[in-house]
Amino acid sequence: MKSRGCLIAAVVIGVIVVFVAGFFMWGVAVNNNLVTLDEGVRSAWSQVETQYQRRADLIPNLVETVKGFANQEQEVLIGVTEARAKVSQMTVTKDVLDDPQAFAKFQAAQDQLGSALSRLLVVSENYPQLKSNENFLALQTQLEGTENRITVARGRFNESVQGYNTTVRRFPGSLVAAFRGFRERPYFQAKEGAENVPQVKF
Amino acid sequence: MVFRASAAISAAPQDDAVPLLKRYATDLSGTLSADQLAQLEARLEEFDRITSTQIVVLMVPAMGEGSLEEASLRVAEKNGIGRKGKSNGVLLFIAKSDRKIRIETGYGLEGAIPDALAGIIIRREIVPHFRRGDYFEGISAGAEAIMAAARNEYKADDRKDQRQGKNVLPVIVVAILIIVLVSRMRGGGGTGSGFRRGISPWMFGGLGSGLGGRGSGGSFGGGGSFGGGFSGGGGSFGGGGASGSW
Repeated sequence: MKSRGCLIAAVVIGVIVVFVAGFFMWGVAVNNNLVTLDEGVRSAWSQVETQYQRRADLIPNLVETVKGFANQEQEVLIGVTEARAKVSQMTVTKDVLDDPQAFAKFQAAQDQLGSALSRLLVVSENYPQLKSNENFLALQTQLEGTENRITVARGRFNESVQGYNTTVRRFPGSLVAAFRGFRERPYFQAKEGAENVPQVKF
Repeated sequence: MVFRASAAISAAPQDDAVPLLKRYATDLSGTLSADQLAQLEARLEEFDRITSTQIVVLMVPAMGEGSLEEASLRVAEKNGIGRKGKSNGVLLFIAKSDRKIRIETGYGLEGAIPDALAGIIIRREIVPHFRRGDYFEGISAGAEAIMAAARNEYKADDRKDQRQGKNVLPVIVVAILIIVLVSRMRGGGGTGSGFRRGISPWMFGGLGSGLGGRGSGGSFGGGGSFGGGFSGGGGSFGGGGASGSW
């Protein structure tokens, strides 16, 4: 009798130990997966930041060049300069990824700079001399290239956030995510008509 | 327009419609003659062999939906132009009826071919020929300029195949012959049927269907095998390059 009781107890304990160990190992696996995804999001984010920085670096030169030919377009030029100043004054910390509000602010400032720049390019269409200026053409190409890189980097960032968020939110992995403090991350939103290049009216 | 904006977010809609390239020079619009294609092919293949830099030309009749940049990036990425780790690939992408040109530069060549230079190549080397309707001249001049630019900075990298040594020439000749023959044959009997949903105009011409079978999963012989035309090495792209129109 006694030995049978012991056996049952041993089996029960054994089952519990196996279960707990299994649970623990599963938790570790989910956690490590989350860490990998999180790193992916961060590296995609650094690409986004790099490309935005690259755009900001191009602007002073571009503004100077346009001024040389189209100084009367003060309003547009000032718009670009101010939007750039706003972007560079913004301190972007790593927390921006975990703070949807800061993220939205970052995006809004960058999008504003983007539309100020596209206005500048539209206006420059009116100046044939500017349009045929090699320096301007080079800057324009660089700017277009950078805008395209930004689009790509943003798209890739969104993709990696999607993978990360899915894992964070899906049950039962969400339990581990909550326990380890992994939170859902914000996406870049496509602004209504963000892709619309302003039309030139003569 | 709102549609386009949302499409940009959920990137790369359907991969099926993007052509899987088997040659360095591909013309789905039927503009270039077989001779011209073979000439380009030989030149680009040789350049890849010597420098390991992959320059690929794709001319399509029309772009399909989405922007030129999206289309070109998808082609470049799917085909993994350039070597893995070096990302030294360039795609010269031409959408004929849209009259648009794009040079898509791999990460590794962004230093050698900055956007501004790619823009100059388009404006000075390619566009003048295209305006006159000389597509072959424009493409050749563009490809030569890209090669020259890439050579400036990029160091030659030995490919494994060079161990095969002296007997490469016959292989190249045979390869070109096969390419010419195949493109002749396909030129005649192009059946445009059997496409699934994402039909995209650039698929007409049937590159994917004719030589398909290998599926669009995209597995490449890493080092690039010989005699079989182009095979991507897994290079990656970040949207660098320049666009133009004629």
